[in-house]
Amino acid sequence: MKRQASRGMSDLAIRNLFIIPTIIFLIVFNIFPLIYSLGYSFTDFRASSNDPAKFVGLQNYKELLADPFIWNNFAITAKYVIVSVTGQVVVGFGVAMLLNRYIPFKGLITTLLLLPMMLSMAVVGLFWKLLYDPSFGIINYALGLGRFEWLSNPDMALYAVAITDIWMWSPFVMLLSLAGLSAVPKHLYEAAAIDRASSLYTFFRITLPLVAPILMIAIIFRTMEAFKTFDLAYIMTSQPTTELISIRLYKMAFQEWQTGRSCAFAYIVLVMVIAITNIYVKYLNRVKER
Amino acid sequence: MAAVQTSGERIRNRLAIAAVLVVTLIFLSPIYWITSTAFKPRNLTTTVPPTVVFEPEISPFVKLFTKRSQLREQPSAEDYAAAPWWERLVFDGGEKVVRSGKGEVQVSGYPSRFINSLIIAITSTVLAVGMGTFTAYGFSRFRIKGEQDLLFFILSTRMLPPVVVAIPMFLMYRVVGLNDTHVGLIILYTAFNLSFSVWLMKGFIDEIPKEYEEAALVDGYTRMQAFFKVVLPEAATGIAATAVFCFITAWNEYAFALIMTNRRAQTAPPFIPSQIGSGLPDWTVIAAGTVLFLLPVAIFTFLLRNHLLRGMSFGAIRK
Repeated sequence: MKRQASRGMSDLAIRNLFIIPTIIFLIVFNIFPLIYSLGYSFTDFRASSNDPAKFVGLQNYKELLADPFIWNNFAITAKYVIVSVTGQVVVGFGVAMLLNRYIPFKGLITTLLLLPMMLSMAVVGLFWKLLYDPSFGIINYALGLGRFEWLSNPDMALYAVAITDIWMWSPFVMLLSLAGLSAVPKHLYEAAAIDRASSLYTFFRITLPLVAPILMIAIIFRTMEAFKTFDLAYIMTSQPTTELISIRLYKMAFQEWQTGRSCAFAYIVLVMVIAITNIYVKYLNRVKER
Repeated sequence: MAAVQTSGERIRNRLAIAAVLVVTLIFLSPIYWITSTAFKPRNLTTTVPPTVVFEPEISPFVKLFTKRSQLREQPSAEDYAAAPWWERLVFDGGEKVVRSGKGEVQVSGYPSRFINSLIIAITSTVLAVGMGTFTAYGFSRFRIKGEQDLLFFILSTRMLPPVVVAIPMFLMYRVVGLNDTHVGLIILYTAFNLSFSVWLMKGFIDEIPKEYEEAALVDGYTRMQAFFKVVLPEAATGIAATAVFCFITAWNEYAFALIMTNRRAQTAPPFIPSQIGSGLPDWTVIAAGTVLFLLPVAIFTFLLRNHLLRGMSFGAIRK
């Protein structure tokens, strides 16, 4: 491209003008705070008191990594991620398989099915509390479960939150699966039909491998989001068995006011998230290049 | 799909359609239930078994916007006749509207939270999409050293759990006095949405052929004019879709709002659950607040339906 240096701003100047403010803004409001809190993570600072922060070295990190309760929070989170992401993949992919054919009012039905994932997690958590109510909730009534306890039952609460998450986010997996399914070339199915391949064989040898990359994106993305979950579980229950990492972190920072220690905890979580994000972006780029 | 269907295929198709209908009904039933609760008389919200058929009323919405107290005794016939129609609805529910000494109706906390949500979501969307569009153009059209790394850096800021980001932001805001202010939340939401807007807009701008601008440059436009007069109009749909996504994200956000605001700048998501309070909650009022809050998002989802896939995959997957 020829440079238009004589008229107006040079391309280089425009490029800088367009990009640099955003980069600076993100550094100031995303990176700088993290550096700021890295400093605090080596101290015993408490935001609720006026005592100056005292440098304690790696003590916060050591204590956190040796704390069995923190590991329990990680275990709860892992369980939650596995249950809810598995549920979303099964339901989402299943519905996508059902929808991947001629269906009257398909566009309308798809849009209606996508509605839950657009709603506010906090508000969804709130009204599912009404649905889960043991005495007058519609869920127990519809399923004929009598006065079954969902959210106040320590063994059930995490699953109850996961079910709500599945309701909200299966549509996301469905949306991506539908895109993957509609991209499978029709002639492959026709060839399989001519060979009299069983439908099971067709599914495992044609459909699944071709949809796998896009399904993988959905899984990684949902894993990341489920790992971060705060709103839903925080609003729905306060059981110790539903104390996800984000909730523990919130309590440590803003209820117990162990500011220094919570900064260290946040850093441990940060490193884990960056690792997952890396995998996610790699997959995104791979799918983009196809 | 083959043109000629065997009877087996036809039956299978019918079954699939039936299954789709059942799934759709199950998925929509929670939304139906909360919506219907917003129009129920209060005493029907906690019945066993749950009440499905009832005469809808709009008193929950009147209660949502007013402060009320329990009626000690039935209002007299004159009071009843003198009251405006909406106050009679509250009387019927066994409550009265709280008035100031001058007789002005006391408004509940809901309207101000709703307005806060609007101000904060709209302003942060305009900022994020505005900055995002320029930056996306820069990334799309010019050679940039370490482009992939920069884009990854931009995205990674959004991947952190909100609480992780909120701790240092809270400490910094405390120093500069931005806690519980509109500006504070607007900055946070702008930063949060900016990365998303850059990624999505880059996809949209990549699709506009470079030849359009080059033709404009040959015609004597400056690069800046070409951007405003050629690229921006072409990108209009993309900008609109990105804006709606950013708006919904900011509108729905809970964790930052919970931590950074408590009264003055509080948005609706932390406020609505706080209405539950202690004792027996009035679910009709909570449902009314919920429905009003979810309505804009439901409308936007319909407007956005063709762009959902793209937005949800950060622009990576196009239809």
